[in-house]
Amino acid sequence: MSAVAARVPRLEHVGRVTQARVFLSEWTKFRSLRSTLWSLGVGMLLTVAFPILFAFVTSARWGHMSPEERASRSPMDIALAGVNVAQLAIAVLGVLVISGEYSTGMIRATMTAVPKRLPVLWAKVGLYALVSFVLMVPAVFVAFFASQAILDRHHILQISISQPGVARSLLGGALYVTLVGVFALGIGAIVRNTAGGIATFSGIFFVIPPLMNILPTSWNNAISQYLPSEAGRQLFALQHADHTLTPLAGGLLMVAYCAFVVGLAAFLLVRRDV
Amino acid sequence: MIEARGLTKDYGEKRAVDGLSFTVEPGVVTGFLGPNGSGKSTTMRLILGLDRPTTGDVTVNGKHYRDHAAPLHEVGALLEARSVHTGRSAYNHLLALAQTHGIPKRRVQELIDLVGLHDVARKRAGQFSLGMGQRLGIATALLGDPSTVILDEPVNGLDPEGIHWIRNLLKGLAAEGRTVFVSSHLMSEMSLTADRLVVIGRGKLIADTTVEDFVERASEKIVLVRSPEAERLRDALAGPGISFVDAERGALEVHGLSAEQIGDAAAAAGIALHELTPQQATLEEAFMNLTREDVEFGHVEEGVAA
Repeated sequence: MSAVAARVPRLEHVGRVTQARVFLSEWTKFRSLRSTLWSLGVGMLLTVAFPILFAFVTSARWGHMSPEERASRSPMDIALAGVNVAQLAIAVLGVLVISGEYSTGMIRATMTAVPKRLPVLWAKVGLYALVSFVLMVPAVFVAFFASQAILDRHHILQISISQPGVARSLLGGALYVTLVGVFALGIGAIVRNTAGGIATFSGIFFVIPPLMNILPTSWNNAISQYLPSEAGRQLFALQHADHTLTPLAGGLLMVAYCAFVVGLAAFLLVRRDV
Repeated sequence: MIEARGLTKDYGEKRAVDGLSFTVEPGVVTGFLGPNGSGKSTTMRLILGLDRPTTGDVTVNGKHYRDHAAPLHEVGALLEARSVHTGRSAYNHLLALAQTHGIPKRRVQELIDLVGLHDVARKRAGQFSLGMGQRLGIATALLGDPSTVILDEPVNGLDPEGIHWIRNLLKGLAAEGRTVFVSSHLMSEMSLTADRLVVIGRGKLIADTTVEDFVERASEKIVLVRSPEAERLRDALAGPGISFVDAERGALEVHGLSAEQIGDAAAAAGIALHELTPQQATLEEAFMNLTREDVEFGHVEEGVAA
């Protein structure tokens, strides 16, 4: 701490800001927080643990079940039971990826390094989608094979990965969680506040859908299929009912919702003061 | 080089910065002085493009900050408000920022050593003391080897050794030909480090000048005179806008004339003078005189306005 130490060493070469560099920077930020590791770990654990638990419970109770009850059980519902829970962990982390920067003030350092701002949003969205998908794909396949192995010991509810729609449903489950993460990140970027972001996301995904039951059934059936949660979950629905979208249409609609939210976030990011 | 022209920023009804025009030149330390709440932090945010001006314009090295290809190489900034994720280590914080510009890891380590954080670099920044946080902020500011350095209240929370270190650092940076722009609400700090001053109050420019000029301008002309013929001297000097106050031990305080004018007038009248001392205001007094009407919030922290 002497006066001699006050000389700042020169930097021989400084590169320009590029999208690839911002992506690498966001990766460093992402992996260096405990909240990231916790949320992703919990998300994967739930994806695998719930199907295993459900498979055990179903196996144990199978002998006591009525024929109707047995008929209502589906192997894919069991294999993807964790997706509904994991989406919450992934959504919370999606909000935190951006809202955490606002709550701590990090956003000022980030936007000083990348004053054009948009590369930061693209990097966060791309990175988070990539990480979520890469982790969720093995998670849903492990969940599928593990739950099937448990059910197989009782010779019940068997379904082959090669049956039509099974592999698509599994990948669709992983894709659904990924899109939920992107949607939540967009919400976080718009709201810029952790509690507000999680509340907004929960409202859209968990509060509005059951509220639709207040409507007359014909209205409910007409409207509900277009909600992000309902449209998105067609990605991993093995069969689809009359008043639900096809997996492709539902998936595309969910992508469109994500594009809208992220687009709005981008629009606001360049216009608002940090 | 920082150039502000008619810089104005409104937050709702409140005008935080009001038509500021000033230039910060390379090679010297320029102090940015004003009472708390006078708009210093807002001005710095405008320079960095974090906030958009309502009207007016500010450029760094000839361009808007956001138009630079390598902004961290143009400007390094320490903002008053903390700008670090509390859950991330100092090392990873600096590394992530360095990576946006392709700055090598070696540089990150160099700066951690420079600011004296090597023992705590792997600790989460949320556990840092105020002083350690300031050091991390300074490492952040210097990461890209910037030609312009902007520091908002850098001595906040530092111990005397740290304050001494900052002073040397600032002078060293200016001596290397960099533009150094440092805000403070403490006159005494500025008088030790700054060569030039930009002074604002309530968002408006009060002065953009050298430290000496500022003191000169803000000082009312007061000269202490001692003469065996005090009465005759009074008569010889009397005129409009000139007043006299009896000082201790028979001395006379003359308000409104320079020492030269008094000396010449006394010589012309053949009056002997035993003492002729211009009374120089301190930088602190000059600051108080010029900003007295501009103190808005009293003791409210400036961060509230930002």
